[in-house]
Amino acid sequence: MTLKTPPPLNTIFRFTVIGLVIAILATAFAYVGGWLDPGRLTPDRMINTLEDNAGVHEGYRRNHAKGYCVVGRFESNGNAASLSRASVFEAGQQSPLIGRFAIPGGNPNANDGMPPIRSFALQFQLSNDEQWRTAMNAMPVFPVSTPQAFWELLKASRPDSKSGKPDAAKMSAFFADHPETKPFLAWAKTAQRSSSFVNVDYNSLDAFRFIDAAGTTHFVRWGLVPEAPFTAMTDAQKQDPDFLSKDLRERLEQGPQRWHLIVTVANPGDPTNDATLVWPEDRRQIDAGVVTIESAQAQADGPCRDINYDPLVLPDGIAGSDDPLLSARSAAYSESYNRRTREEAESATPSTQEPQS
Amino acid sequence: MNSRTATFSVPARLLHWSMAIMVMSMLFIGIGMVATVSERHVWLVQLHKPLGIAILALVIVRLLVRWRHGTPALPADLPPWQRAAAHLSHWVLYALMLAMPLIGWTMLSAGGYPVTLYSGITLPDLVSPSATLYSALRFAHTWLALSLFAVILIHLTAALYHGLIRRDGVLASMTKGQKHP
Repeated sequence: MTLKTPPPLNTIFRFTVIGLVIAILATAFAYVGGWLDPGRLTPDRMINTLEDNAGVHEGYRRNHAKGYCVVGRFESNGNAASLSRASVFEAGQQSPLIGRFAIPGGNPNANDGMPPIRSFALQFQLSNDEQWRTAMNAMPVFPVSTPQAFWELLKASRPDSKSGKPDAAKMSAFFADHPETKPFLAWAKTAQRSSSFVNVDYNSLDAFRFIDAAGTTHFVRWGLVPEAPFTAMTDAQKQDPDFLSKDLRERLEQGPQRWHLIVTVANPGDPTNDATLVWPEDRRQIDAGVVTIESAQAQADGPCRDINYDPLVLPDGIAGSDDPLLSARSAAYSESYNRRTREEAESATPSTQEPQS
Repeated sequence: MNSRTATFSVPARLLHWSMAIMVMSMLFIGIGMVATVSERHVWLVQLHKPLGIAILALVIVRLLVRWRHGTPALPADLPPWQRAAAHLSHWVLYALMLAMPLIGWTMLSAGGYPVTLYSGITLPDLVSPSATLYSALRFAHTWLALSLFAVILIHLTAALYHGLIRRDGVLASMTKGQKHP
């Protein structure tokens, strides 16, 4: 092992080779990490835009910030067991639930009467350490079909610093550029705001795959249909920014609230990658069992606080579809969770306090 | 057991090069999956977890192989600071390869996430859910990953320096079999 001294020019060449190898690897890493690509929609940039719109409310979710924890159970009747081998659908199976009702937007002090949409997220605890998480909305379709379009919608709806309202011209320009928003806009035009979290239908919006015991895939969407009849928000409720949580507590004091978990099965050819399109009315629907909610708790110290309702936390027997929103929701929710848990850890006092009411 | 040989043992070399590919892939997968909202996010996350557990298993085997077979001696004329850097960087690499999968697994448990390797295969929780612990481990996972990538680049630079500049047999001890037993 004698040290051979190469000629100087050769040495320079050899050092250059080493430098190039390292530079190429470092550049590739930076590119994959998004640092050389400012136009790429990263989870970071999606959450930054939500923060641009609503401000930073430390400890809170960056969207659907205002919400309430609920606890209950799901009792399967076995009807969906032929479509999905997930143990949650076995006949007679009871799965504990930790849920969260919320309204959209990043402001945890928002007025309940403002948004036309309510949301309901659920975590089903399965017997074998698996979980099924789903975040549903009370609307029939999503406004857009891609993460990029959702990002543009967020940017177009950024409130003006003076009026506090989005720029109408920007909004109409966005909708003109995005004809896929038409079904949502048609619904929003006539939709009545509900008087309660517990008397509206919630929908998964995105399509998923159910995998049965034989390994066959069935494309599905699911939703919750309440037993409580729909009534619209009253004028008196409109005056109270926290009427939804009060209504929720009053109703739960009278007794548990129930929904039926309805699974809609796609026919071949139905769009599974586009949450702006409803499936035809005649599609097969299965009542898979009953969701019962028994109690509610403020999110500041409730069991839903530290749950990220990532729609791709799924048990064996349920899987994501080719809907591009699912991946984006999973990635962005995770970034929101990282930020709020960091803030929670850094703050000495609990930061997710419910608005005083 | 640290018998000195001219080259690394066959199992050590197999483990080194397969893990080199796995750890580099893992770093690119990790940095890539948190930097996109596209469908790549989902399949990269699905790769990240089983690959991390595979690395954890292999690094334990590798430490046993190292203990059993030893390592070739560094060249006698290597400057002391380079000798020290070689030893330190190797132990940092082992520590990070061992720590990263464990931190990732504990972090997911602390975040209340089921640690799903494949559909239906869920690892046990290492800790009970805690947002504070999750947050600390999530921070550590990123910064230790970046540190691991930096140390690997230093390791690669040193290996190429031995192979191309010093040409002292150090790189060959990991690339070639033993010619003079």
